[in-house]
Amino acid sequence: MPPFAAVDVRELIRPLGQLLLFSLGSAVVLSALVLVLALILDQTAVGPHVQARYNVSLATYTLANLPQVVIDGLTIGFVYAAIALGYTMVYGVLEFINFAHSEIFAVGAFVGVEILIGLDRSGILRSASLGMAYAYLTLAIVMGMAAAGALAVTVERVAYRPLRGAPRLVPLISAIGVSFLLQDLIRLVEGLTTGQFNRIMPTFGNFDRRLFLGRFALGDANIALGISVKSIIVITAAVLMLVGLNYLVNATRIGKAIRAVAQDRATASLMGINVNRIISLTFLVGGLLGGAAGVLYALKFSRIDPFVGFFPGLKAFTAAVLGGIGNLTGALLGGIVLGMLETFAGSYLGVFTMGAAGSEYKDIFAFSILILVLVFRPQGLMGQQVGQKA
Amino acid sequence: MPKTTPSLFSLLAAAGMALTLWAQPVAADSAKSIKIATQSPLSGDQSAIGLDIKRGAELALAQLGKPLADMGITVELAPFDDQANPDTGVANAKRIVSDPAILAVVAHFNSGVHIPSSEVYHASGLANVSPGTTNPKVTDRRYAEVNRIVGRDDVQGVVGADFAVSQGAKSVFIIHDKTAYGQGITEFFKKRAEEKGLKVLGFEGTEEKANFDALLTPVIAGNPDMIYFGGIYPQAAVLFRQARERGYQGICMSDDGFDSADASKIAGQTLIDGKGTYYSTVSGPAAVYPGTAKFIKDFKAKFNAEPQPFAAQGYDSMAICLQAIEHAARANKNELPDRTAVVKAVRELKDFAGITGTFTFNGIGDPTLAQYFILQVKSADPAQWNENTLVQTLSIAPPQ
Repeated sequence: MPPFAAVDVRELIRPLGQLLLFSLGSAVVLSALVLVLALILDQTAVGPHVQARYNVSLATYTLANLPQVVIDGLTIGFVYAAIALGYTMVYGVLEFINFAHSEIFAVGAFVGVEILIGLDRSGILRSASLGMAYAYLTLAIVMGMAAAGALAVTVERVAYRPLRGAPRLVPLISAIGVSFLLQDLIRLVEGLTTGQFNRIMPTFGNFDRRLFLGRFALGDANIALGISVKSIIVITAAVLMLVGLNYLVNATRIGKAIRAVAQDRATASLMGINVNRIISLTFLVGGLLGGAAGVLYALKFSRIDPFVGFFPGLKAFTAAVLGGIGNLTGALLGGIVLGMLETFAGSYLGVFTMGAAGSEYKDIFAFSILILVLVFRPQGLMGQQVGQKA
Repeated sequence: MPKTTPSLFSLLAAAGMALTLWAQPVAADSAKSIKIATQSPLSGDQSAIGLDIKRGAELALAQLGKPLADMGITVELAPFDDQANPDTGVANAKRIVSDPAILAVVAHFNSGVHIPSSEVYHASGLANVSPGTTNPKVTDRRYAEVNRIVGRDDVQGVVGADFAVSQGAKSVFIIHDKTAYGQGITEFFKKRAEEKGLKVLGFEGTEEKANFDALLTPVIAGNPDMIYFGGIYPQAAVLFRQARERGYQGICMSDDGFDSADASKIAGQTLIDGKGTYYSTVSGPAAVYPGTAKFIKDFKAKFNAEPQPFAAQGYDSMAICLQAIEHAARANKNELPDRTAVVKAVRELKDFAGITGTFTFNGIGDPTLAQYFILQVKSADPAQWNENTLVQTLSIAPPQ
């Protein structure tokens, strides 16, 4: 193999195609489902109830909201997918769930936000041109990635490597311990330096702008269909991360080594692969992705605190399991499906049940699907189709 | 920090004086000497407010102690530091009730500290007036000893609904944080809103702190005149911001959990956009009370500092204790009354004219009329939070 192998275009396009397929597929399936449900419920007491509130039939209400719900679902789905990549990378190689990944994500978010807060304090952000605003955001993301990557490698070296070969439960418990330790460490550092629990992403650039894509009349109200610039950034970054990771794993020599270690550690070591280095590298890549996801999360949702990693981490882990843990494409599919399900349930549940069960119960659907998938396909949605692991 | 040394010195001096007083034989007590205790956070991050509750009480004692002195009763202040911590509050409460000279206690600032500590006051029959705790449970236990001079959390919902009506709102979407505090407030809001003919488009609870997209779908579709949130600002500000980003133009409103400059840090300009953002609270800025002008002047003269929120309430709480003890003493032929008599005298006060209002306690210890304030966020700059404009002041009776 020549040292500079030609860029394998197929490996670049394939994940993009999959992304498009998954997004469209889940959007179409879920849309059809809620529309059928709406048409059925229109015949029951729910129809007049909606008519009284919004002056339209339930089917019209559902249809008018649908495009926005799909966009929202995709956005949060890509956030979950970006975090899920970190879980699935590590699982693919070590068959071990790195529960500290949610805190690695949080550290990335904190480093990125603190840098931007610092820049904001010194007045640089306010006077920044649009181009510079993006440059600063990129800087924050890169620094968040670096910190999270370094942390992930350190955690592996300190808390996981000494336990390699121990019963499977042992590193798992160690990971949970590291997770709590890091949470409180962030809290301690923030408490000592800034004395604040909530940290807030400064407002700068045009990230908060919302692009309007259209308008739907709904009774007396108008529903403006739109997507904010920051959502576009989140989606774009997540796609880039996935494509890059996919390329690294499937089309480079390092990727080949990662796959070899994943398949059989002992044999890989006999082939001259430095197993420890490859495992460190896996954690580094997982940490980099987690850190980037953290900064993007802070950009999208403005406010972070030391426990910010917990829920996104849990959801992303679920997404990874749903898609088939250890499988990169699966993590992506899982993230998109979970984000979509959650947003669809959250958006329509209240109206469909006449307000009896509102969007607070949205997780019931996401996790019911997880249980169903695990009962009927324990390996996850994509678990078997692709032979090799990440 | 040049201030450290003198304040440390004065603290030592105070400690020394306290010791001297302690060392004095009980014989001095025969000349009809009593104490009134205060408990508030004097250290920790809420000490600014807690210290001024104590100072307010101190000022009241200095200015209003004369009638008792004329009867030959000397009153002394016994300040305690509850550190905003329930354990410390209860430990102090036990020390307070074991001192027979203490006939009343002005305490606390935090409901979480007041509720367990007042169990101790109740068990020992010691009169207690609170300058600032708002949780319904403080008085809902119906203890004869426990009173407060501010409003209740659960009335804020009613205040919010009335405000919505006064702004011409026809429809409202209600969201809460699923805590006893937030959900409690919104349930009262909903009930009142329905009574007043407002259309309640939705009533939802959420623990979500970041992604409100799904929750906002029915909100935006219904385009209510007001979004009301019951809970604390880290959720409320993010929710309001995302609602505005999706083009919501109506009124955003929340409760006193929203009263933090951090809310403006999170949501910034979006709090000003549309028809604006409002919140209700039980304690207005000191300047809003008509009787406080002289108080502020005297306070500055005595302590060389601006009074913090609740300093005036500290003054009033002490004034109520003094008046009650005076009434009880008169009924006892100018002799020292016992604790039971003081407890009864506090509840029997009629239309006591304080500087933050006129107080009569109802059967459970709430003021028969309490003041509630509605403020509007005025600036996107967090530093300007204290400049928020007072929109409405309401006097409302507590629920029984």
